[in-house]
Amino acid sequence: MLNQMVQFLPTRLDASFAALSDATRRGVLEHLESGDASISELAARFGMTLTGMKKHVAVLEVAGLVTTEKVGRVRRCRLDPGGLDEEAAWIKRRREVWQARFDALDTLIEDLKQKEKLNGRKKR
Amino acid sequence: MGERSDSRTGVERRSDRELVITRTFDAPVRIVFDAWTRPELFVRWWAPKSTGVPMIACDMDVRTGGGYRIAFGHDAATAMEFFGKYLDVVPNVRLVWTNDESGDAAMTTVTFEDLGNKTRVVLSETYPSKEALDEAFIGMEGTMPEQFLQLDALLLSLGTSGEC
Repeated sequence: MLNQMVQFLPTRLDASFAALSDATRRGVLEHLESGDASISELAARFGMTLTGMKKHVAVLEVAGLVTTEKVGRVRRCRLDPGGLDEEAAWIKRRREVWQARFDALDTLIEDLKQKEKLNGRKKR
Repeated sequence: MGERSDSRTGVERRSDRELVITRTFDAPVRIVFDAWTRPELFVRWWAPKSTGVPMIACDMDVRTGGGYRIAFGHDAATAMEFFGKYLDVVPNVRLVWTNDESGDAAMTTVTFEDLGNKTRVVLSETYPSKEALDEAFIGMEGTMPEQFLQLDALLLSLGTSGEC
């Protein structure tokens, strides 16, 4: 199980990040947060050709961020609720490390400022 | 020390290979730069005490071409080492160092922006490939102690610690 996770994650993360590196695709995800949409609706919304939007949606689908389903002649797109979890957790961890460090640095800096005030300004 | 919120530390994946972290500190740049370049100050914040894994070595020769080596652990036998070289050191402006502990690690660039009584720090980690960046994170997930997240304990312990 764990081994599978380790093998699976890099590829998957890779695809998610590639998917999210594009402003239009981020826009599509935001748009889908408010509800499902068809490819043609998305294309109109973002001022793109149907073909262009299909490509973007395909990238999002491979990354596991979006699922699509053909209903009659229309392909509906919706957010894949699990898709963002790995990336979100990944960024969150990173943020937590730096926040912890920088909060500690804040405290240190306050100390140094106090000390300077007490000792008068040191020349460098 | 004022507000503490998520929004103060910006963390953004700019591209496949680059992660950028930003934060503004409430002190002139010379104080902030000191905290990054004087080992006796660096040890006080780089490994927050709440990790439970103390920094047991911190050698820093902060000049262009100089090296550094830091180690975390409870004893030398089980310590985790991080080391590399400073590629560029411009006092109060910029630090660039390599991370050589793994063959495929990041290069770190830190810029210090003088905002008068405040300093904006922008730290960028650039990985040789997107695979390397992803792997770095997988590795981090595995080694990150839960205590790292205990920010309040950290602040408490640092707040009561003495001289530097």
